[in-house]
Amino acid sequence: MKTGSAKKSVAKKSPARKGPAKTGESDFYRLRLYIAGQTPNSVAAIANLKKICEDKLKGKYRIEVVDLLEKPQLAKGDQIIAIPTLVRRLPPPVKKIIGNLSKTESVIVGLDLQPVR
Amino acid sequence: MLEYCESLNPGQTELNRRSAAMPRAKPKPKVARTLLAKVPTGIQGLDEITGGGLPKGRVTLVCGRAGCGKSLLAMEFLVHGAVQYGEPGVCMNFEETEEKLTANVASLGFDLRDLIKRKKLSVDYVSIDRSQIAETGEYNLEGLFIRLGHAVKTIKAKRVVLDSVEALFSGIADSAILRSELSRLFRWLEDQKLTAIVTGEAGANTLTRHGLEEYVADCVISLDHRVTEQISTRRLRIIKYRGTSHGTDEYPFLIDEDGISVVPITSLVLTHKALTDRVSAGIATLDEMMEGKGFFRGSSVLVTGTAGTGKSSLAANFASAACARGELCLYFTFEESPSQILRNMRSVGLNLEPWVRKRLLHFNAMRPTSTGLEGHLAVIHRLISQLRPSVVVIDPITNLVSISGSYDIKSMLVRLVDFLKMAQITSMFTNLTFAGDPQERTAAAVSSLMDTWIVLRDSKPNGRPRRELYVLKSRGMAHSREVRELIVSERGLELGIVLKDRMQATTAEGIGAVAAVE
Repeated sequence: MKTGSAKKSVAKKSPARKGPAKTGESDFYRLRLYIAGQTPNSVAAIANLKKICEDKLKGKYRIEVVDLLEKPQLAKGDQIIAIPTLVRRLPPPVKKIIGNLSKTESVIVGLDLQPVR
Repeated sequence: MLEYCESLNPGQTELNRRSAAMPRAKPKPKVARTLLAKVPTGIQGLDEITGGGLPKGRVTLVCGRAGCGKSLLAMEFLVHGAVQYGEPGVCMNFEETEEKLTANVASLGFDLRDLIKRKKLSVDYVSIDRSQIAETGEYNLEGLFIRLGHAVKTIKAKRVVLDSVEALFSGIADSAILRSELSRLFRWLEDQKLTAIVTGEAGANTLTRHGLEEYVADCVISLDHRVTEQISTRRLRIIKYRGTSHGTDEYPFLIDEDGISVVPITSLVLTHKALTDRVSAGIATLDEMMEGKGFFRGSSVLVTGTAGTGKSSLAANFASAACARGELCLYFTFEESPSQILRNMRSVGLNLEPWVRKRLLHFNAMRPTSTGLEGHLAVIHRLISQLRPSVVVIDPITNLVSISGSYDIKSMLVRLVDFLKMAQITSMFTNLTFAGDPQERTAAAVSSLMDTWIVLRDSKPNGRPRRELYVLKSRGMAHSREVRELIVSERGLELGIVLKDRMQATTAEGIGAVAAVE
């Protein structure tokens, strides 16, 4: 968003990059995960998120991980208070989930993920 | 490590206090006195009652109900810090956006935008919308720490305001996490040697709704906004200030175009210096009645009398005499406008206008009901502090009585008289009494505070009405006890012949009234 260097694109699925063929824009998930250093919660959150996305959103998502220890100025923009915080930037509306994402069901509900048919 | 510091500090202060209290055991007054460094708030009066400001490098809790002035106090602390004391500050605001906050304090003459541009101040609006947030699994509030830490580092802040951190309780469901994080936050602030104000909304039975006072050990200030008989008064009280002595009273404070001013009122001891030089009452013959020299400088004078006996004229002469000596006079009027007083005084041969033009005579006209007693006290206090007059006239105090009970007026006058004496200001209060009740109760209630009491009254011997004057008391001098006629004409005020006939009776009556009170 502001600077590219802070964002580490963890998972980029090539078919999803230019917009998937079948599904519209509204189906594509842009997720940003805020962490602060490699704490157990942060590590767990990254792993949990990747797993959920692979299960439910294969090919339709992109995750950026922002480490606030490196880029503290980014915390203000997304109103980050808790760590870890996952922000669903797309599709609208913006949603936030705080915690290490260990409860898969509530992550699915929180992100409003439709099960892949 | 953190917990170690936390537990060490309170213990240490406790220990020092105890050793200071213990007699003969190697007294170390110097250590005890330098123990607590303080940071001035720059808020008029508050630094006086706290003995220098807020505890340096500690967290202070400011609590009170909605609209009591918490945020303003906190913002003044930051702005004064940035402007006057060279201490940049960070405001983490959980309630108002930067724009709103800027607009709000602009009305008090603070230019936040400029301060932010010059990196003296930083405002971070933290919004928490629970509807947007879901919680799953473990987390902490490191994000808040990072934001605050980043802001502090960017402008090298020394002061921090969290206003109002309680908003987090509505945004974060897991209160166990929140509470442990809050206590970590307050410890973090202290570790960073930041002087902080945390605000909190008053709860039903607790100081704050969410018990923030549990985490703040050093200083707690409570603000209050009370309405009695439709008149509101703001008050401030220091509930706790560890390791320092502080005033425990409720102090009235005022929010006006200059921000907050607190009135530090009763000093605990009567230490004002009694001056021996004298000031003229403005009427030569009245001076004569007081050893020919007039009032003591720094004393307080009460003038009572029924309607139309010349109280205001007497006060105006007193004021004019002060101006003629080149001294500054502050004239508070509660029933006439300044121009009305000028016109009326011209009719009795007194032209006050030159003094007004020379800026020696300052009028302040207020409706008694415009604010509560404490509000009046605050205004009087602030004006006196600004102008530093040597003479103050309050004409009349009776109208203030009408807005409150006599206990209140007495306590207000005690504070006022105390303050005036400390500042060595000669003051004159006029008080309307009613016919048939010559030593009216209020007059009696306040008279014990007064050094000099001049009584004016009407009488009609032989059907010819006349005004009479006598000095009922005047501490520290051999004053005349004679009753004299007060002659008011276009040539001014004058005292006529000694009225021998009724003298005995009046003095006895007056003394009786004083005895009844004292």
